[in-house]
Amino acid sequence: MSAESKVVTMREAIARHVPSGAMVLLGAQLEQMIPFAAGHELIRQGRRDLTLVGPISDILFDQLIGAGCVSRVMAAWVGNVSAGVGYCFRRAVERNIPRRIEVVDYSNFTMALALHAAALGVPFLPTYATLGSDLLKKNGNLREFSSPVSEEKLVAVRALRPDVAILHVQRADAQGNAHVWGNLGVVLDAARAARKVIIVAEEIVEPSVIASDPNRTQVAGFMVSTVVHEAGGAHPSPVQGYYGRDHVFFAQYHEETRRLEGFEAWMSHWVLRVADRREYVEKLGASRVEGLGVKEHAFSAPADFGY
Amino acid sequence: MTTRVEAELAERGYTFSELMVAAASREIRDAELVFVGMRLPMLAFLVARRTHAPRAVGLFENGVIRETPSLELLYTMADPPNLRGATQCGQMLDVMGLLQQGRVDVGFLGAAEVDRFGNLNTTWGYRHKEMQRLPGSGGACDIACLAQRTVVLLAHDRGRLCERVGYITSPGFGSGNGWRLKQGLPLMSGPSAVITTLGVLRFGHDGEAYLASVHPGVSVEEVLANTAWTLRVSDELVETLPPSDAELDVMRELDPNHFWTR
Repeated sequence: MSAESKVVTMREAIARHVPSGAMVLLGAQLEQMIPFAAGHELIRQGRRDLTLVGPISDILFDQLIGAGCVSRVMAAWVGNVSAGVGYCFRRAVERNIPRRIEVVDYSNFTMALALHAAALGVPFLPTYATLGSDLLKKNGNLREFSSPVSEEKLVAVRALRPDVAILHVQRADAQGNAHVWGNLGVVLDAARAARKVIIVAEEIVEPSVIASDPNRTQVAGFMVSTVVHEAGGAHPSPVQGYYGRDHVFFAQYHEETRRLEGFEAWMSHWVLRVADRREYVEKLGASRVEGLGVKEHAFSAPADFGY
Repeated sequence: MTTRVEAELAERGYTFSELMVAAASREIRDAELVFVGMRLPMLAFLVARRTHAPRAVGLFENGVIRETPSLELLYTMADPPNLRGATQCGQMLDVMGLLQQGRVDVGFLGAAEVDRFGNLNTTWGYRHKEMQRLPGSGGACDIACLAQRTVVLLAHDRGRLCERVGYITSPGFGSGNGWRLKQGLPLMSGPSAVITTLGVLRFGHDGEAYLASVHPGVSVEEVLANTAWTLRVSDELVETLPPSDAELDVMRELDPNHFWTR
């Protein structure tokens, strides 16, 4: 008999696994496959005092901060990758609007090492990165020390173990065994470091599809708490082989959220007055969705696992 | 295309951004490992590949390693055209590991502020006397710490070229000679050039910047007036070479509407 399916709705996944006050990892694959649908559900369910963790998360961190869900951000970069600054992030840091947030600044490498340390089960990992920088002075999770095996100064990057990692993937089976392709960022370590993993998949496929290519399985199902089937769940960020990046959406967000009232109107339109991702995709409209679709498929050659 | 771009093109046949891209591309030598970044450095890498450095290899902090130009203009390093046809799509730690080993020859960075010793700030802005929170390091601090050479690109004005940055996001030569070694940073690392809209700055043995070249049509006085500290000028000051036709061809093929080179 096969194991019970882990597939639930996004509403259920967030309700069960992400309480207020949780440390949540988002954006493990950097600018692609950002779990926007999950972030919007966090806003709709009114989460508070979240700690956001990730190298960057394009405008998703900005939205969660603007919605008042966040008390702390541990990240290397917070903004709008193709347009510049994130106005909600700025309002929160500079003027405590909508609330005060604490920012713990990392570099990309030190964030990756913090997750890698947790994935390896050690309290810290050493690096030369950030020596001489003000990141090292201000971030208490980066500590200078003398190497016990050489005459060198190093930085100890403290392990970071998020309560939950929300990972968007191309396809998974009902147990959460997940295929991810394209740049991997910190997704392997995020899955191993976090106490719980939520997989958000464009497609749910038969276990035999995943098992046919184990090298593409970046997350093993036994580490996964729950699985959400959410087509279009990463929009406006891209998902290789499924849809492209909606550059215009990022530019419009930048223009429309410059002022607080603008952000509130944006959030009302795209998050609060939308029940779920299906409604959101309907709101985008058929022509916009089609315009972002794959224009020319480029399948990899099959690998022979035969013997 | 903006009218300013059109005016620059009419006056000299290229824009200041195109001049910066050409200057940046010449910082890449053949067969080097390059930490690329986005916007102008991305174009500079591709120009170098197609002209004088056909064996250069590009690294992106999201884990992508790439040797050929993507078929479309990129807005981010994880755009689908940058993944298709990549040499390798791996993890962030893979490329950061190469960087920390000292194997990356040159890394490119932008900045809100750069100071007299090449320290960079992308965390806090101090414009109009108000603190402005900027996005932060991303991979910039890592590159500035660990790449053998770092090349910085930014617009040249007194606010950006300041005596001392208020926050060191990405360390340059700190407070001068010997500072990097004292911090524990690798021997073979540190800023190599700052390419601005007015000229190119390089660094002396004491870690202080000097003006190495001025762009065509720009006077030394103009550079000095737009720099917040008393900038030293090289005895061998030259004029920055304008972009060649071959370099401009590549840039315009990849960025025909001057989206990045405006």
